[in-house]
Amino acid sequence: MENVWLYLLILLLKMIGVITFALLGVPVMVWVERKGSGHIQHRHGPLYVGPFGVMQPIADAIKLFLKEDITPAAVDRPLYFLAPIMAFVPALLTFAVIPIGPHLQVADINIGLLFVMAISSMGVYGLVMAGWSSNNKYALLGGLRTAAQMISYELILGLSVVGVLMYSGSLSLQEIVKAQEGVWLGFIPRWFVIPQFLGWVLFMVAAFAETNRLPFDLPEAETELVAGYHIEYSSMKFALFFMAEYVAMISISCVMVVLFFGGWLPLPVIGPIVESILPVFVVSYLMPVVWFLMKIGFFLFFMVWVRFTFPRLRYDQLMKLGWKVLLPLAIFNVFLSGIIRMAGLT
Amino acid sequence: MGLESILFYYFAIVIVATAALAVSRRNPVYAVLFLLPCLVHIAGLWLFLGAEFLAAIQIIIYTGAIMVLYLFVIFILDLGSFRTKRIIHQQKSLAIAGGLALIVQLVVLTIASTFPGPFGPPQEVVSGGNTQAVGGVLYTDFLFPFELASLVLLVAIFGAVVLARKESEETSS
Repeated sequence: MENVWLYLLILLLKMIGVITFALLGVPVMVWVERKGSGHIQHRHGPLYVGPFGVMQPIADAIKLFLKEDITPAAVDRPLYFLAPIMAFVPALLTFAVIPIGPHLQVADINIGLLFVMAISSMGVYGLVMAGWSSNNKYALLGGLRTAAQMISYELILGLSVVGVLMYSGSLSLQEIVKAQEGVWLGFIPRWFVIPQFLGWVLFMVAAFAETNRLPFDLPEAETELVAGYHIEYSSMKFALFFMAEYVAMISISCVMVVLFFGGWLPLPVIGPIVESILPVFVVSYLMPVVWFLMKIGFFLFFMVWVRFTFPRLRYDQLMKLGWKVLLPLAIFNVFLSGIIRMAGLT
Repeated sequence: MGLESILFYYFAIVIVATAALAVSRRNPVYAVLFLLPCLVHIAGLWLFLGAEFLAAIQIIIYTGAIMVLYLFVIFILDLGSFRTKRIIHQQKSLAIAGGLALIVQLVVLTIASTFPGPFGPPQEVVSGGNTQAVGGVLYTDFLFPFELASLVLLVAIFGAVVLARKESEETSS
């Protein structure tokens, strides 16, 4: 009986740890985005609140808390209240299966990857419900675009990981990470990004579309739809949508690192050097988390970088790109991975 | 009552209740949104029966894609503001007959079958999990029906494209 309580306690601590990790990532990302966008556009970004403006996200959070929470008269109240929750919860749920380290994972279920796909496919409802319940033209158009975009790009997201599954032979994320251990020619890591380069590119494009990030932020496209699906939301309800986007960014980066960049495995070349000088318990417990954070940090910065570099696609361009370019490429990638697997090249 | 039966009755009650709510809503958006918890709880029931692959696929396909498509169609046709006055039209007698036939069939099948039921022992523990077992069976014993199903879907896609094209040509001319 004691073992059960101990098990539950450890599980609870893991959950708290993972949720804290996800939620603490949000202010960090807000700061990185504002500062990054500033420097990309030859501005300074936030400067005054704290050193280098690091306290700016906290000031923003206080501002959002203190703002008046307006519920417009014409909204469909139950759905209007439910929508921010439906947007936020799926974004957070993905963290349940992400292996942050060899021992740090809430649940290593044997359908981990399918779980991620299932949860990310639920994320669309918050946005669609917000779009419809707001009773606003722009919001409805935003919701409509979300629905079409998600259906189109989820297919690509799903097909792009088939190659990884062929090589790893498992749906468990921990097993997928372990399948990427080792090196080729002494220094090239056996990460799936090398045999699955096309798969990774497709996954990344679909990930941008799934998180509604530029160049695929059509659901909120501020220049044409004002603010899209969250136009009628204020105060903390708006903040939940805002946080959901960042949490979704972090979770999709985690999934990408796990699938294509060896998860918590050390970086090539510098990894073995660093690990040889550190004490053993640091290497086995702390370093995997550090490597993982470094990798997702890079991709999160990459997402900010892309946002302020590329223009937004038009709606028809988005659909053409999805169905006429990416989908055939994804099917070709499955075919190619199958041939490589059968030929025994990996 | 053990934990298993509590969970089973929870899933069963929610499935029946949300399904009933889905068919009785006048607003089509609410009807679709009530199907969501229904389908998710059916996935829960699959998990409960040890079919985790089926549960994940259920959520990915039904709640993640088909229900979104339903909502998309409702929005496109602007049915969201359209509330039907009567949800049962002329088909009351047909619906009663169909429902009764289904109940009789289910009762007969349940009595006649030899399923262990929800509280029975798991039938077969497969090494490597349910996913590999399903994949193995699908690509060996049931390869032909599986491929045939994809062909049927392909024909349906062609049909949809042909119908949609005709309409757009008529409106443009």
